[in-house]
Amino acid sequence: MTTDVILKIAISGVLTGLIYGLMALGLSVIFGVVRVVNFAHGEMMTIAMYLVIVAFNALGLDPLIMLVPISAVLFALGYLMQRAIINPFINRPEHSQFMLLVAVALVIVNALLLIFGPDSQGVTTSYSFDSFDVGGIIIDAGKVYAAIAALIVAVLLFAFFRLTLTGKAIRACADNYNGALVVGLNVKRLYALTFGIGAACVGAAGTMLMIVTDVTPAIGPAYTLLAFVIVITGGLGSMPGAIIGGVLIGLTEALGGFFFTPSAKSMFSFAILVLILLFRPQGIMGRKAA
Amino acid sequence: MALLEVSGISKSFSGLKAVQNVTFDVPEGKIVALIGPNGAGKTTCFNLIAGVYQPDTGSITLNGARIDGRRPDEICKAGIGRTFQIVKPFAGLSVLDNVVVGALNSASSIIEARRKADEVLEILGLAPKRLQPASTLTLPDRKRLEVARALATQPKLLLLDEVMAGLRPTEVDQIVSVLLDLNKRGLTILLIEHVMRAVMALSGNVIVLHHGELISRGTPDEIAKDPKVLECYLGEEAL
Amino acid sequence: MKLLFDGVSGRALILLALFFAVLAAAPLFVNDYLLVVLITILYFAYAGQCWNIMMGFAGQLSLGHALYIGLGAYVTAALYVKFGVSPWIGLVPAMIIAGAVGAVIGFLAFRFGVSGVYFAILTIAFAEFARIGFDHFSWVGGAAGYFLPVANYTQNDLLNLRGSQRMFYYIVFAMTVIAFIICHLLLRSRAGYYWLAIRESPEAAEALGINVFRYKMYAVVLSAAMTSLGGVIFAFFYNNLFPEQVFHISRSIEIILGPIIGGIGTLFGPIVGAFLLTGLAEGLREVMLRLGIDLPGVKQVFYGLCLLGVVMFLPEGVWPSLKKKLGLDRGNEGS
Repeated sequence: MTTDVILKIAISGVLTGLIYGLMALGLSVIFGVVRVVNFAHGEMMTIAMYLVIVAFNALGLDPLIMLVPISAVLFALGYLMQRAIINPFINRPEHSQFMLLVAVALVIVNALLLIFGPDSQGVTTSYSFDSFDVGGIIIDAGKVYAAIAALIVAVLLFAFFRLTLTGKAIRACADNYNGALVVGLNVKRLYALTFGIGAACVGAAGTMLMIVTDVTPAIGPAYTLLAFVIVITGGLGSMPGAIIGGVLIGLTEALGGFFFTPSAKSMFSFAILVLILLFRPQGIMGRKAA
Repeated sequence: MALLEVSGISKSFSGLKAVQNVTFDVPEGKIVALIGPNGAGKTTCFNLIAGVYQPDTGSITLNGARIDGRRPDEICKAGIGRTFQIVKPFAGLSVLDNVVVGALNSASSIIEARRKADEVLEILGLAPKRLQPASTLTLPDRKRLEVARALATQPKLLLLDEVMAGLRPTEVDQIVSVLLDLNKRGLTILLIEHVMRAVMALSGNVIVLHHGELISRGTPDEIAKDPKVLECYLGEEAL
Repeated sequence: MKLLFDGVSGRALILLALFFAVLAAAPLFVNDYLLVVLITILYFAYAGQCWNIMMGFAGQLSLGHALYIGLGAYVTAALYVKFGVSPWIGLVPAMIIAGAVGAVIGFLAFRFGVSGVYFAILTIAFAEFARIGFDHFSWVGGAAGYFLPVANYTQNDLLNLRGSQRMFYYIVFAMTVIAFIICHLLLRSRAGYYWLAIRESPEAAEALGINVFRYKMYAVVLSAAMTSLGGVIFAFFYNNLFPEQVFHISRSIEIILGPIIGGIGTLFGPIVGAFLLTGLAEGLREVMLRLGIDLPGVKQVFYGLCLLGVVMFLPEGVWPSLKKKLGLDRGNEGS
């Protein structure tokens, strides 16, 4: 019985972790290419989450249907943000970029607070109370759908970077900025595209997360932090690392929350962060710097 | 015993052998030049001596004491000052304050450090610009500032990494005469240099690196006649 | 004394003396409401000055300074409430604990080359860790909050920091002045020169014989310990502590807004920034009150927009350009 419960918790943690992984993937992609740390990452995700609320409450649209449209909206938001405010900061010092995004994050959190109020909101889908029974272990259907969708988006993203010309051009920019300029790539556009893609990831992740959890305006910074913890854990600049890190953190939080108290669950991910920084600073999938 | 003794040092970066089994020494009071085509491993050699990298094999001694594996700041304290090929001024600080930071390495108070810094600035001709922010300096002045800062640490051995690059011939001559003067006062110098005019004027002792290996050493005349050097280096760059 | 006034122009000294004189006399002229606003301003000026040691001098971005405020607040409050220890004694363990925590964070980060933005993430992580930790730390009230006994004090009890707002004003004022002088002296010390060198180029600093790790640690420990004193004031002025408020990331951001807006790395930046920011925020509050609007979040949106504007259009902050206007721009940085 207890093993079943623990297994159920663990599976649920892994499924949530896949969604976290997709969120972190967005951060990793933006950092890997544009070299800007998106400190407004979690806040951008809360925008997506509130879009789900609006679509659901006003039109009764299921989050799974909204996956593509909301990702598209976030893509546009990311693209415009890069073009309008982040691009002039590309060559500014790191802390200056960081502060810019702190400001953006601050505005997003509190604009959402102004619009939607401080209370937590969620959606109840037709499959909210469904579950699968796998050999006696009960698994929430919504979590399974959301995790599968997240995984599909991640795989599509891998394929995009490996197989398409644009994807390869973006990777070229990441490898060698000046080289990319020399061979005539439109780096500015590619940067905006990358920021858009990163934002779309977080849009997709936010949409899927709404199947699993509720949202408040104030939750943004916690997700930003979570994304950072995952990216550092998985290894900077490693796309598989982000997913693996996400799963690891999802699992840790679920088990930590189960064995101790749910409200203290994020302490365990911080503990992992500290351990990683101590013993494997390059992250699980990261390569050692020369 | 030479002031600096480098014996059998090697360093590779992810499989690429940047420096291979290099051995040479720098006798006290001498000026030694390290030359070689681009990518020969000269700067890596410097970084190994200055403690930025640890050598994979071999040893480095200063006055007989091992310094390989020590941190850059410890090596500076041990008596080696260095400049960077790509200059790294403290851009937000004044020229004077840049040099004061270096002088504090040996000075016991700020006032003493300022006095020392002023002396060094005078020697390098930067005194008129002492209150300017370092960010406003031209490249030749930044190179001079690099030298001034390293010199202010009061090293026994000064490592200069291409401080003449990009300078006009008259400016090269100025620095050369400053260095010769410092050498006369007892400073030992190891320099990486592409500007042959400076190498010839400064150094009786030249070491040639190629593909990370030491291929020749001797006086400028001797190495100019060495067929190995001619083949790898002088042939392509036409002295 | 020579070191204190070295490189400061006479004109600057007169203006400075005038400025501090006005602040010293302010409680005689302002009403209670304005006095509280002034206390808030000076509190932020003090905390900002402490943060500036790390970021402005040594170039290490901390986004978790609420952690040190919180530690200072909880330690002195707990010692006072549980054991009747005067905050003046309690501040010693508070500073030691905050400094030690700063040292742990610094050690973790600097030993393993975690720098820049990743260092900032680590500082947030620790502050969040503390927030959640104190939420479950029932000895000091947990999430339900921790309260200091409040009564009507007819007399100022300076020993136990119980008393009128005027007393608090003078304490915060003194702290601000002392922090200002400490920072001024630090900038003229070996550590100050080394910090600026590390901020500008760690590689070059190392090559000049500076033990970069050690001096970064000094900056973190000093900044953390000094910041915790701000927490003492926070605890004894507000008399209640909630982990969700004290350690929250928005507290950390509030602390750093002043110096950023005023000018990172300058001595007056934190003070000017605190005046501007709190002044404008209070003005905004007043306007909204008159218009009968009561919405949460407006102040923070305003903060965000201010920060956005300053970072985009005044990357050096307000003070450097203000300094020019006042004709104080000559030679030495900061003052």
